Amino acid sequence: MVYLTRKAEFSASHYYHNPGFTPEENARLFGKCNNPNGHGHNYTLEVTVKGVVDPKSGFVVDLKQLKDVMNREVLDALDHRFLNKEVPEFVAQIPTTENIAIAIWQRLEPKLKSAHLHRVRVYETPDLFVDFYGEA
Amino acid sequence: MKAYLTRRYMVSASHRLHSEEMSAEENRVTYGKCNNPYGHGHNYMIEVTVSGPVDPQTGMVCNLVDLDGFVQKQILDRYDHQNLNLLPEFAKGVPTTENLCISIYQIMKRGFDKAHLDKVRIEETMLNSFEYAGGESLVAGR
Repeated sequence: MVYLTRKAEFSASHYYHNPGFTPEENARLFGKCNNPNGHGHNYTLEVTVKGVVDPKSGFVVDLKQLKDVMNREVLDALDHRFLNKEVPEFVAQIPTTENIAIAIWQRLEPKLKSAHLHRVRVYETPDLFVDFYGEA
Repeated sequence: MKAYLTRRYMVSASHRLHSEEMSAEENRVTYGKCNNPYGHGHNYMIEVTVSGPVDPQTGMVCNLVDLDGFVQKQILDRYDHQNLNLLPEFAKGVPTTENLCISIYQIMKRGFDKAHLDKVRIEETMLNSFEYAGGESLVAGR
């Protein structure tokens, strides 16, 4: 089994807010991330797929295909967007890095043909990242 | 949905690798320039990984305010700008990065109850890193 990781970057804005909480609870829980005007990050995405090396091509996965799927399913939808307002997954759930990693997994997993998705890692900043392995 | 969240922190500290159980010559051979009696320092980059279900109310595995608060008080305030050899946990043991990893893991495991601790990983320099994820036999032969 060989693991292959492809990186990509996207920039987006978001804010954290749960309409079920009072304004005070939202402010206490989410701090400055609760500012309704939003703030932004340069996110780094790492997508890791695993598989056996095809003896004919020497590839685990066709990188061009992986790149196309990442561009189409993830970057076109998330890059330079206000996540809360423009991405359907985040209308009803908070666009934390945890939920972004899960949403990216759910966007990619059904579209990857030859390779098996192993991990989605999303860096919100260089010192904070979330890993999602598709676990329930 | 189970996710893993990792936060990076930095501390700067000095240490000297020297074991009372070895002769001066053995110490020199084993630890090389790390055995310099005056010590030397590193910028240690500490990665703490916690995991758990993403809370549907908050979208979080763990509130970073809680994690940062605990690490600041119990880890960074303890180790940053210190001579590791002078700390009680290294009075007898050698402050290798392996042992520092285990000490930090144990402090987190004992005191941090807001999320499940998965592992502690430390980069001593850009070229080497160590990680500890718990386990029964902490020290070989003991």
